[in-house]
Amino acid sequence: MPQQIAATNDFVVKFANVNGSGSASANELFARSILRMGVPVASRNIFPSNIQGLPTWYEVRISAAGHLGRRGGVDLMVAMNPQTWGADVAEIEPGGYLFYDSTKPMPPSKFREDINVVGVPLTDICNRAFTDPRQRQLFKNIIYVGALAALLNMDVTAIETLIAEQFQGKDKLIAPNVKALHMGIDHVKEHLAPLGLRVEKSDKVGDRVFIDGNSAAGLGAVYGGATVCAWYPITPSTSLAEAFMKYCRKFRLDKATGKGKYAIVQGEDELASIGIVMGAAWNGARAFTCTSGPGVSLMTEFVGLGYYAEIPAVIMDVQRGGPSTGMPTRTQQADLIGAAYASHGDTKHPMLFPEDPGECFEMAALSFDIADRLQTPVFLMLDLDIGMNDWLTKPFTWDDKRELDRGKVLSYEDLQAGKEFARYTDFEGDGIGARTYPGTHPTKGSYFTRGSSHDRFAKYSENGTVYVENVTRLLRKFETAKKLIPAPVRHDAKQKTKYGVLYFGSTTPSMHEALESFEAQGIHLNAMRLRGFPFADEVEKFVLEHDQVFFVEQNRDAQCRTLLVTETGLDPARIVPVLHYDGTPITARFIIEKISALLKARNVAALREVAR
Amino acid sequence: MTYIPKPKLHHPDLPKNKLGFTHRDYEGSVSTLCAGCGHDSISAAIIQACFELDLPPHRIAKMSGIGCSSKTPDYFLGNSHGFNSVHGRMPSVLTGANLANKDLIYLGVSGDGDSASIGFGQFAHSIRRGVNMVYIVENNGVYGLTKGQFSATSDKGSKSKYGALNSDSAIDMVAMALQLGATYVARGFSGDKEQLVPLIKAAINHHGAAFIDCLSPCVAFNNHIGSTKSFDYVREHNESVNKLDMMVDHDPIVADYAPGTMELVTQHDGSVLRLRKLAPHYDPNDRIAAMSYLGERAAQGEIVTGLLYVDPQGEDLHDYCNTIDKPLNELGTADLVPGQAALDKLNEDLR
Repeated sequence: MPQQIAATNDFVVKFANVNGSGSASANELFARSILRMGVPVASRNIFPSNIQGLPTWYEVRISAAGHLGRRGGVDLMVAMNPQTWGADVAEIEPGGYLFYDSTKPMPPSKFREDINVVGVPLTDICNRAFTDPRQRQLFKNIIYVGALAALLNMDVTAIETLIAEQFQGKDKLIAPNVKALHMGIDHVKEHLAPLGLRVEKSDKVGDRVFIDGNSAAGLGAVYGGATVCAWYPITPSTSLAEAFMKYCRKFRLDKATGKGKYAIVQGEDELASIGIVMGAAWNGARAFTCTSGPGVSLMTEFVGLGYYAEIPAVIMDVQRGGPSTGMPTRTQQADLIGAAYASHGDTKHPMLFPEDPGECFEMAALSFDIADRLQTPVFLMLDLDIGMNDWLTKPFTWDDKRELDRGKVLSYEDLQAGKEFARYTDFEGDGIGARTYPGTHPTKGSYFTRGSSHDRFAKYSENGTVYVENVTRLLRKFETAKKLIPAPVRHDAKQKTKYGVLYFGSTTPSMHEALESFEAQGIHLNAMRLRGFPFADEVEKFVLEHDQVFFVEQNRDAQCRTLLVTETGLDPARIVPVLHYDGTPITARFIIEKISALLKARNVAALREVAR
Repeated sequence: MTYIPKPKLHHPDLPKNKLGFTHRDYEGSVSTLCAGCGHDSISAAIIQACFELDLPPHRIAKMSGIGCSSKTPDYFLGNSHGFNSVHGRMPSVLTGANLANKDLIYLGVSGDGDSASIGFGQFAHSIRRGVNMVYIVENNGVYGLTKGQFSATSDKGSKSKYGALNSDSAIDMVAMALQLGATYVARGFSGDKEQLVPLIKAAINHHGAAFIDCLSPCVAFNNHIGSTKSFDYVREHNESVNKLDMMVDHDPIVADYAPGTMELVTQHDGSVLRLRKLAPHYDPNDRIAAMSYLGERAAQGEIVTGLLYVDPQGEDLHDYCNTIDKPLNELGTADLVPGQAALDKLNEDLR
């Protein structure tokens, strides 16, 4: 008899499915039911670049402590895919559980001796009740949700409520789904004992919402006042444009006429998409595109134009594994250098690093203000982990007194009153001149926008002095950007320490979990979460305060560290890269292992060890 | 090009249009193109068309890509905003600008390199989408700014200034525009301003994608014997199918013409196109027939010019997108931001 992992509200369930089998909604039902029980979950899709047939996984981490990063390891594997059986079984922690469809007997060699095998004849149960092939496929999924609910002692009412909500309006579907659910529950109650893993009602979810970052960013674009979106389909950013579309239809139709206060164009490619954004933004609409690394590569010529001609634009980059086509359905933070310095010549661009869907919403809205204030392209750097997975995140809030900040724009009245217009003249020392929208005034305020070098009146000039003045002003503008980018967030250790960590974006929940663990071991690390580029001065100060700072990133080349060293001139030896880049989301286990090893090499041992 | 700045004083007797503007009010900076360049004649035609249509210059946005043709927006309509964008990408920038403010007139100026090679895709897709614009290709069959390479509109067998023969098939931009669904298609010649000005005027008043292919010989690199885009060649092979007059706000007088020689087309905005037929059987309302006629004549080595196709009830991208009447760039916080109440409800749905 193998050992049995016993855990309440703290374990990992992984579903191994076949793409296109309808498992996604059943798995999400499972995760949401646990949330409804007041227990935090973190869910992640691990899926191939495929529509039907290839393996796909859904991982649910149940964590009363609220750890939302990927944990690594699996306590309960729901193995529904014969193709990946071997690897799935191998991934289970010793003492863990294997749940499988036992309709067809499996030879003992297919199992492990150190795990607990739970067989439910799903196909058999399902086929006895349903005859339609598609129904059989879909309800088999619901049956396993029911079986799991019974095995894990879950609240059945929560699941039934969710089913009723999901099929509201298609009420005919409620009864058969509930029936299938109970077929699973009944089978377990009759034939099996509950597992050592249990879900118990709690109150740890609070008022948080469960949503993916792409949807949140699409919603943020609506709140940021975006009216033009041009995009080209690319994984993992497509659902961002689709979310913007959905929320526009919900919130942006004129009540009287039914017409839209927005325009969305699916471009013929990424070049056209960013071109449309540039044209719209130049003409005074808030405009954005969403894409991923390959799209950013294609857009770079236009990004340079936006930088030099000073056109506000927002580019939402949902990063995936690169280079080239790379790993389209895996996550990385590997477009940082590409975005920061996109385009030929001397260029640099502000970036924002949201940590979760909540910040995707806030920063998406904010990015339009920043772009307008700075009159330059701004990148919102999501990644697949945040973008395409549902995260538990703080509820969305909005200050109803907030006005869209359109930056320096001269109106007809300004021009009529004699306010001086000189497009690229820095009257206020922040590096930013006032712009005019086309068609504002019959005789004043027109100018010619160009990507060729120009003087402060927007006239063509190849004069070296004029050129240097202009591009130096753009550096001043980049200094101004530092004040507009959300400040880094600092968490100090309980005790004074010589060591710090820097991190950003989707690394955040795993980093926080790792920090808690370090603190518990008596290892103290000050932490700073970066929220954008250019880096605030506090970041440089933070590094200088410590002998050594570990910079945790999800790419191979320590891209953010390169940006930091390049932009500040900090000694690279002070900043030690900790890099995760296999395409899976970074885990606390990984961070702890790597940083522990680095500290050990520097003779920093856990206090407990010292005490021993 | 000339180095003498234009005098700022206007002659007091210069004719004024209904808005009180003179021709000079529609001019721009001094051209930096070669003396005798066909493109300057097109700029002059644009100036005249806008003057005659009594357009407020600031309500026009001039868009271009890169190349000799794309420099020209600096040389007309100095009170208009202009945007000299990226090579081959004028159509997307214009599309975006148009989405932001449907009330302005969008004048896209491009060349054959800009639109038939690097920007062929963007040309095609902007036409397909029915962007409400005037899209002029100043077509000289050659890369001028980089000194004389063949362009994609250069005819097979045409000879370069340095004696090379072009072996690639030519792209006929008019045939492409017709196939792609442009609702106004014309071809002009920079050497025939009388024909060109009304074509531009009617295109401006057209609702939808209006495309004008304007042959515009390059005096520096493509005006020699053996070229099929030289002044002499185009003059000798120019077959104009009709002569267009454009009338706004008044009834056309047709009494002078024999029956069957005149056609009237009323556009979406009420402007009337009066077409005097030169090719008696040519019907500019028949897209398929136009494509076939143009193909036949091109095979004979003839260059068909005039108003080649018009769908007077054309639709545009805003119609397809169902955008509100007010320009999107005039919408403010109250129009665009749903506020906390909407979020409260949404949060509830996400739990």
